[in-house]
Amino acid sequence: MKYLAFPKKKQQRVASEVFKATRRDFLKAGSALAGGFVLGVSLFSCDSKGNKKGSFAPNVYLKISDSGQVIIIAHRSEMGQGIRTSLPLVVADELGADWGKVQIVQAEGDEKKYGNQNTDGSFSIRMFYKPMREAGAVAKQLLIQVAAKRWDVPVSECETESSQVIHKASGRKIGFGELAGEAAELPVPAAKDIKLKSREQFSIIGRATSIIDLPAITSGQAVFGIDAAVEGMKVAVIKRCPVVGGSVKSFTDEKTRAVPGVLQVVSIKGAGLPATLNKPLAGVAVIAENTWAAIKGRDLLEVNWDLGPNASYDSNQQIKELVEKVSGGEGTPRRSRGDFKSASANAKKIIERTYIAPHLAHATMEPPCALAVVKDGFCEIWACTQNPQGARDVVAEVLGFAVEKVKVNVTLLGGGFGRKSKPDFIVEAAMLAKQTGLPIKVQWTREDDIHHDYFHALSVQHVIATIDKDNKLSGWNHHIAYPSISATSDISVMQPDDGEMMLGAVDFPYDVPAIRIETHDAKTQLRVGWLRSVRNIPQVFAIATMLDEIAEARGMDPVSHALDLLGADRNITFNEEIVKGTYPNYGEDIANYPWETRRMKAVIERVAKESEWGKKLPKGYGLGFAAHKSFLTYVACVVQVTVDASGKISIPHVHYAVDCGTAVNIDRVKSQFEGGAQFAASFALKSAITFKSGRVEQNNFDGYEIIRMPESPKEIHVHIIDSEDKPTGVGEPPVPPFAPALCNAVYAATGKRVYQLPIKLNG
Amino acid sequence: MANYSISVNGKQHTVEALEDMPLLWVLRDLIGLKGTKFGCGVAQCGACTVHLNDTAVRSCSVPVSAVGENKITTIEGLSEHGDHPLQLAWQKYLVPQCGYCQTGQIMNAAALLKSNPKPSEDEIEQTMAGNLCRCGTYNRIKAAILTASSGSKS
Repeated sequence: MKYLAFPKKKQQRVASEVFKATRRDFLKAGSALAGGFVLGVSLFSCDSKGNKKGSFAPNVYLKISDSGQVIIIAHRSEMGQGIRTSLPLVVADELGADWGKVQIVQAEGDEKKYGNQNTDGSFSIRMFYKPMREAGAVAKQLLIQVAAKRWDVPVSECETESSQVIHKASGRKIGFGELAGEAAELPVPAAKDIKLKSREQFSIIGRATSIIDLPAITSGQAVFGIDAAVEGMKVAVIKRCPVVGGSVKSFTDEKTRAVPGVLQVVSIKGAGLPATLNKPLAGVAVIAENTWAAIKGRDLLEVNWDLGPNASYDSNQQIKELVEKVSGGEGTPRRSRGDFKSASANAKKIIERTYIAPHLAHATMEPPCALAVVKDGFCEIWACTQNPQGARDVVAEVLGFAVEKVKVNVTLLGGGFGRKSKPDFIVEAAMLAKQTGLPIKVQWTREDDIHHDYFHALSVQHVIATIDKDNKLSGWNHHIAYPSISATSDISVMQPDDGEMMLGAVDFPYDVPAIRIETHDAKTQLRVGWLRSVRNIPQVFAIATMLDEIAEARGMDPVSHALDLLGADRNITFNEEIVKGTYPNYGEDIANYPWETRRMKAVIERVAKESEWGKKLPKGYGLGFAAHKSFLTYVACVVQVTVDASGKISIPHVHYAVDCGTAVNIDRVKSQFEGGAQFAASFALKSAITFKSGRVEQNNFDGYEIIRMPESPKEIHVHIIDSEDKPTGVGEPPVPPFAPALCNAVYAATGKRVYQLPIKLNG
Repeated sequence: MANYSISVNGKQHTVEALEDMPLLWVLRDLIGLKGTKFGCGVAQCGACTVHLNDTAVRSCSVPVSAVGENKITTIEGLSEHGDHPLQLAWQKYLVPQCGYCQTGQIMNAAALLKSNPKPSEDEIEQTMAGNLCRCGTYNRIKAAILTASSGSKS
């Protein structure tokens, strides 16, 4: 048994410093920023006293050209969350820029220039909100200094608005462009002298702002990974080994080569085992003049595989084995409080349930694809990637190039959800481009995507709850088993890692005297990765449906029950009860981002009020409740269902209350919650991946179903807690509480408890 | 391989293609119109929706040899300046998230409004059932269609 530590990525950023970019920095930042007045922001990791650690490395850039054009670099990947809009608008607001005329330039992948760019974990806004504000504020202060000197008025009498400095008393105005040259010569103010706007002064932050790519998207002009092209580009479609860890023994390609347009057939050596989080699977690539010829050629390939040790993998069998394991005895303790054995011995009532959830595929609407050109010892990539730096590093490693010899351009992503954090498909393109000397676009088909994803792994959990003679919840014992993400990199890993346990298991916030959380072995025979909110999905499914059952057993209303169990207002740290290691808190110091029961109770009370919790409903209707904090954002959810005689579930209303601190772009917070509910409705009602003989049994959207408009949740009401607190992410937090709230609503409507996803009411 | 002359957005294009090459790949790879997206290849997701005359079809499942004299319209040809009532309604409701499926959604909705200018909510839901959106923009899509239609029976 082994589990790996988490997180491995750098997330601890608590200080920043604005600097004026030198000529050298311009060169590093590329041609988009050459000349003009350019500001960077540097982020530092700090020790507990706030002293800088590590070296000075500029990252985010803002430019004001002599013509007054404000250019803001978007260094995070856009996949529908709106980040290409929401971070630049923060800069623009502080600066006083004319938002309608700001130009957004997408950054290539380069850690030295832009800092961490891995767009996952719902932390772009959390990490970059303050530095972006500071960049805008510094630029504004310098521009005002130049104007005030010109007019011979105090700086305190000047303001910025619509990309102009304005002297209200005299009505004078000067455009940024006329000031930029001189502003560039001034020293950057010390951190303590940077004046940020007060909340009342915001003109864009906290409102509903349209995404910058909207007209391009609705007119079909937006460029996704699939749309990237260069002169002479060829298309590769790959037949990959159906079993993870297998390899190519031999192949026959006569029929393939007979397809007009097919140019070459090339074998790809895969990572083998461990499958890794960044390298390709073994396969045979068909390179053709166009996508259709490549697909046809690929389908005609005959490959003789060595399927390797996972060829007997059967996911239903694994579920059966794990059910035995989690309900059959002690596992590895991960969190321990009080004495569960004694709680159990003294219990008046014991509730014991097993929860099962299947493997899931991301199924981004845009299947993975990447374009690579390798020429004169340099590799240039265009790809729909959440993680351009990770892609750059692994491409350099695989090609044997220095990192500086690889450039990764980021397109729009047609969905990400964690799938496009893994650069395996980009490595395929780079390897093929190097080997053939041709510009190669690798195109995954939907079948490729469903068969060869980095899956969200199945899970089996067993929860034992004890209720004492005073009708108190006296003990909570949660047993957990699933294939770990860490095992994709290290096949000896048999149990969930600390990062996975942080996601809704060990951070069980309820004030129960005895808590015991244990994990059990589960073998990993597929590629496992993170999918929107990751392990929060199954863990909160088990916890929040069990709490509903406990509330009923105790004769309490589920909402009052949750408020009661959260206990007194307090900040929870978990650390002293974690058996090994510390609570990761999504990479943030828990002193800066405490777990506050007060805020959780506030979202619960809000959602209860807005959803008219407790109201009488007609027969066949039900309301269900669940609440969960993930990615540092507090969420409570009430789902209303109707269930007809045939067992068909409809979802007329969903209410969310969310506390994400300062909501930067109200509309995109709402859209993430609307989408989060639909995403969760898919796996709650429809989706499942199964393996038989090591192979995925589903092929396309007919077998792997996601929710369609007629059955989708209808009215999704998002209630945002008004807050000036530090902003936290909203991409993932809507997802975890939805499925258990839905299951609890189904119970309220039908009297049937749900222990397995997706929900099947009949049979 | 054969030569096919097809009408796309009012313009005649001659392409050399295998007879079974789906219209989707003809549009994207041979003609260079990339607003039409690939999602599944088997008419399950609607990302590749275009109009064949006035009817919405899944271009991934229409072989080029079947197009004949029929007129094809893609998102690029739906309106001259991206200002079809549906495109404007899409902007009003800030419908897209990632945006990938949206051109197919708009084309499907445009065909619906041509045949049924005042669809009910239920008619919208049934017609749009073939268009998947993984980001979950369905409710805004419906609101946009209702607004763009000249009124709804609801």
